[in-house]
Amino acid sequence: MIAIETTSQAESAPPRPGPQPVESSPARGAIAVRNLDFFYGEHQVLFGNGLDIAPRKVTAIIGPSGCGKSTHIRVYNRIYELYRDQRCTGEVLLDGQNLLAPTVDLIELRRRIGMIFQTPTPFPMSVFDNVAYGLRLHYTMPRSELADRVKTALEDAALWDEVRDKLHHSGIELSGGQQQRLCIARALAVEPEVLLMDEPTSAVDPVGTAKIEELVRRLKERLTIVIVTHNMQQAARISDFTAFFLDGRIVEFGDTTELFTNPVDRKTEDYITGRFG
Amino acid sequence: MKLAGARRRKAADWAVRIAASLGAAVGIVFLVWILWEVVSRGASALSWSFFTELPAPPGEAGGGLANAILGTVLISAGAGLLGVPAGIMAGIYLAEYGQGTRFGGLVGFMVNVMMGVPSIIAGLFVYTLIVVSLGHFSGYAGAVALALLMLPIVARTTADMMALVPDSLRESALALGAPRWRVIVQIVARSARSGLLTGILLAVARVSGETAPLLFTALNSPYWPHSFSGPTANLTVTIFNYAMSPYRSWQQAAWGASFVITAGVLAVSLLTRYILRRTT
Amino acid sequence: MSLENTSRRNTGDVLFHGAAVLAAALVLLLIAGIFTDLVRHSWLSITTFGPRFLWSGAWNPVTGEFGAASSLYGTFATTIIALVVAVPLSLLIALFLVEIAHPRLAGPVSGAIEILAAIPSIIYGMWGLFVFAPYLADHVQPALEALFGGIPWAGALFSGPPMGIGILPAGLILALMVLPFTTAVMRDVFGLVPRVLKESAAGMGSTTWEVFRNVMIPYGRKGLVGGIFLGLSRAIGETMAVTFVIGNDHRIAASLFASGNTIASTLANEFTEASDPLYLSALVELGLVLFVVTFLFQVAGHLWLRRLRGGAGGGR
Repeated sequence: MIAIETTSQAESAPPRPGPQPVESSPARGAIAVRNLDFFYGEHQVLFGNGLDIAPRKVTAIIGPSGCGKSTHIRVYNRIYELYRDQRCTGEVLLDGQNLLAPTVDLIELRRRIGMIFQTPTPFPMSVFDNVAYGLRLHYTMPRSELADRVKTALEDAALWDEVRDKLHHSGIELSGGQQQRLCIARALAVEPEVLLMDEPTSAVDPVGTAKIEELVRRLKERLTIVIVTHNMQQAARISDFTAFFLDGRIVEFGDTTELFTNPVDRKTEDYITGRFG
Repeated sequence: MKLAGARRRKAADWAVRIAASLGAAVGIVFLVWILWEVVSRGASALSWSFFTELPAPPGEAGGGLANAILGTVLISAGAGLLGVPAGIMAGIYLAEYGQGTRFGGLVGFMVNVMMGVPSIIAGLFVYTLIVVSLGHFSGYAGAVALALLMLPIVARTTADMMALVPDSLRESALALGAPRWRVIVQIVARSARSGLLTGILLAVARVSGETAPLLFTALNSPYWPHSFSGPTANLTVTIFNYAMSPYRSWQQAAWGASFVITAGVLAVSLLTRYILRRTT
Repeated sequence: MSLENTSRRNTGDVLFHGAAVLAAALVLLLIAGIFTDLVRHSWLSITTFGPRFLWSGAWNPVTGEFGAASSLYGTFATTIIALVVAVPLSLLIALFLVEIAHPRLAGPVSGAIEILAAIPSIIYGMWGLFVFAPYLADHVQPALEALFGGIPWAGALFSGPPMGIGILPAGLILALMVLPFTTAVMRDVFGLVPRVLKESAAGMGSTTWEVFRNVMIPYGRKGLVGGIFLGLSRAIGETMAVTFVIGNDHRIAASLFASGNTIASTLANEFTEASDPLYLSALVELGLVLFVVTFLFQVAGHLWLRRLRGGAGGGR
């Protein structure tokens, strides 16, 4: 359990490691963040973030709203680059490769790192086409294989039984929770190594939330999951590691149980005991 | 399963980006070209007397189109007084009261149809309705014809823009105990106000520069618009008549009138934009 | 809450509701009025010529023979040319404005395109007649003739005296006039696509073009159709710009540079000169045909939209 001091963090060159994954682990999908600063125009919102995300584990990012937790994971797949006034400095290493290098192929990067958003984002097309979207984008394959992969992805997202009869209905006709699992299936179909989830259950009812949480627990056997949540119970339920963000800085990062039962930093304690935020 | 050509996808992306940029450039080139011709040919026709005097006979020097300028302003104002309130109320009906009702569906449908009615048909209709029954052309008829064109434009944009306002906003205002009409005027119309202004702007811009509806209603006149109940001078029909005439001095005056009407219409648009920016 | 308050509120609501209903009913009355009025005033022509009015190419005020064929041909030819040019171009411009241009550039460019819409149609006529037509005659028409002149079928399309006047110039000017309307609607439609949906598609590894084609266009298709219909309805009955450059000749020629006419240009040119009742009635019937055609286009468009709404997919 290591608390990262907010003040010294920015200038300390070798960021102190969090719970470092075992060096010999063959699992892919380890992310290392080094000295990440982020700016909206002139306004800096992330300060010297350093984080080591273990492969095939669930890492939760918690913190009060506006603390930069969503901004942080939006760097991993460089989705922030859609907006010209947003920029960042530092490094994000995926299995040792710096994702922020200009030579990185965004198409391939985003195939390897999937993302789920706060609100479900079914595309205006059928359920089938939604799931097939990434496959058609990145690969050419026979129709039968495409159908197989769509089915597998829907099964992986625990949605197949609910939509098997309406594959050719619009994805927008599904319920909110189903839509979100559709988006997860769509992301899983291209077999990413990392799945970023930005408050994935904030627009979903409790039953849907439970299904998605169950899904997250199951999926971590295959891929790395980083989940942003404002719901501390959720973080405690499903994550292996937790990072606590405050005002753009990582206050504390460690084993979830440790962090929630025995926080090192006073601010973490205040937050998880509900004294602010 | 094999990887699709990422290089080809990126090349297609760049090709489309370049084509889109060129498309925007084409639009701007034509805008600059048209405005340049209007300004350079029109400005030389302008003088003090152009704005203060009545037209001179062909071939004679001097004279102006003061009567037509005044007439256009009066006819457009009359059209706005008739068309904008009716259009906004019809739009409010569509967005706030008529949704899901058979009558509302029919009216919404007919508003679209009416938007598709060519402006010259509005002129023709007002000719048969007013000019024939009164027995003479008139400025009133011209204003009614223009108002007919404004009504559906204003109604449609009002309805569309108000429909974009989320129901939660209406509900939260109603939950505070506000009466329905106040919610509509103060909450819904306010949140949609930039859209509403855009709609009115579109309508005014389209209508004040219209020629076709005036051809058989207001007609034209070489005199001051003393009364609205006779043929009334206006800029656009004057441009048409003068441009088609064989006289160089009249063609010249047509360019001058083109400059004036363009400047006037653009000034209205820019003014509205300014108001829009200040209020948002 | 006091009773007084409640009753005052109800009065306001009743009045406001009533005004809205009246305004809505006015729309229906006007449409019905236009139709019955035009039928009434073209009755003489309808009874004289019967249905053959629609396909007869005759137009002779002296002998009293009238038919709509050449006007109909010119109306549709110019409209089709306008849409073929304007729709793809405005899609590209809308894409540029929403996704490609730097926000600081998009604002002014968007404003410039909107100014095109603010320019009155008669200005397009002036510019078309005195500037664009001579330019076409001097530069474009000779080039097209040189290019296609040898090819038998295509050559006929571009033959004719180099005046820069006719169906094609009219269609091109219509395209320019339609462009800002379709572009503005498309830009707004694409602007309404939720940010998170675009991010989601980009997050799957889509390029800008792929996000546009696969997500934004399907999401906004309802609005896009609306934009195209706005453009279509403007083009089909546009009068002044066409009247200036189409040449106003009652004939159907193969060449795109041959003079022609449209329903609207015929009305604009001949209505005030027509003194004979049959002539006037024939002109009103021409207007009736234009009205009915636009009406049918709207009906078709709406049925199509309804089918879309019922089918698979569809945002908003």
